Amino acid sequence: MITIVESGGANIASIRFALERLNVSAEWTSDVDKISKASRVMLPGVGAAGDAMQKLRAKGLDECVKSLTCPVFGICLGMQMLFSTSAEGQTDMLDIIKAPVVRLTEEVGKTIPHMGWNDVVIEQKDHPLMQGLSEKEFFYFVHSYYAPLGSYTVGRCDYFSNSFSAIVTQDNFMGCQFHPERSGAAGSRILENFIRM
Amino acid sequence: MLTKRIIACLDVKDEVVVKGVQFRNHVVMGDIVDLAQRYRDDGVDELVFYDITASSDQRVVDKSWVSKVARVLDVPFCVAGGIRTIEDAKRILNEGADKISINSPALERPQFITELAQIFGVQSIVVGVDSREEGNEWVVYQYTGDETRTIKSKHKMTDWLSMVQSMGAGEIVLNCMAQDGVRRGYNLEQLSAARDVLTIPLVASGGAGEMEHFYDVFTKSKVDGALAASVFHTGHLHIGGLKTYLAQQGLSIRK
Repeated sequence: MITIVESGGANIASIRFALERLNVSAEWTSDVDKISKASRVMLPGVGAAGDAMQKLRAKGLDECVKSLTCPVFGICLGMQMLFSTSAEGQTDMLDIIKAPVVRLTEEVGKTIPHMGWNDVVIEQKDHPLMQGLSEKEFFYFVHSYYAPLGSYTVGRCDYFSNSFSAIVTQDNFMGCQFHPERSGAAGSRILENFIRM
Repeated sequence: MLTKRIIACLDVKDEVVVKGVQFRNHVVMGDIVDLAQRYRDDGVDELVFYDITASSDQRVVDKSWVSKVARVLDVPFCVAGGIRTIEDAKRILNEGADKISINSPALERPQFITELAQIFGVQSIVVGVDSREEGNEWVVYQYTGDETRTIKSKHKMTDWLSMVQSMGAGEIVLNCMAQDGVRRGYNLEQLSAARDVLTIPLVASGGAGEMEHFYDVFTKSKVDGALAASVFHTGHLHIGGLKTYLAQQGLSIRK
């Protein structure tokens, strides 16, 4: 059973369907008690950082997520929420991974948002989340802000002069900048690995 | 490196996929979910479902098929057609679509783009633009889903794109109308002009016929994605074969 943090954003059906394809039952909730007792927690995120954090805080979910000791997986903005701050609306995030989320650098010929399939170099192949993946896989990205590289980086993405974290892990917290639920077989494998951890 | 996207467009009418030539003479091409799955298996990078009647008929796209598609697809897809309100957009995104695309409603009320972007994020908001060459300029057309209602808007294509971008669109699909369904290649001049005024992703539409057309539009007009319909539906081009060809030509393509 996967417990998914429901904080009121739209566009969450795609994750539900991806888990259905993997025959995993999922519970959507914003109940602090339920999330605290969960064995696996997923933190989706779509929309703007400030709005998403405000919704989390309004329900007391920020402290709840920070205190979790079970495997936690953030997707896209959900991954960014694990970090300290975001340049998007100068937002304070969950501050679990001590690094800032910043905006993609504007460059000639570079489109922002970074939208589409980009290759990711898997830098920690032996991590349980990376089982069954090749050293280089393609994933579907849609974002304008990114988390820099650090010791927490498991997968790296390069887009013009920006090299950033595509997959991160720190203790029981994990996340990916891309959308695994829309990234074909490789994305599905990551979700499956998380479920089996 | 970010790969160039190959996008299949499925024109939907009465819950089946159709294709006409220059917006006319629609022929049934097949079932929505069957075709979506076929293209996913062939390696398509993204799908667009466009209800070609919705916008002109003043009704919202029937959304029951959106969740059917979202259940089977593990690649991104966009839904277009008759999205006029925040509620319309929310319903479609909640059914599992990754993006929504608006065209005529944006022309009626450009502020709608900003409202959508503020709620759903720019990454979910695509603006479709139908443009046609007239004299020495490119002009934006409206209500192109229904020939009897199609009208010329007051906007020049490049002016409109600049405005749409500043209003908060996350991506543009530029459909060059004279090329639509004729398969003589994308309108490179027009798409290059569009590229020059945009920093958000640009998808080329209209005119794909041969593999070289895709190569040309990626290398000459520097678009991020190339959309096609009939050449894929009829089997004239196979997506897997097209992607192999483009990769062999040195383009960055997802395998």
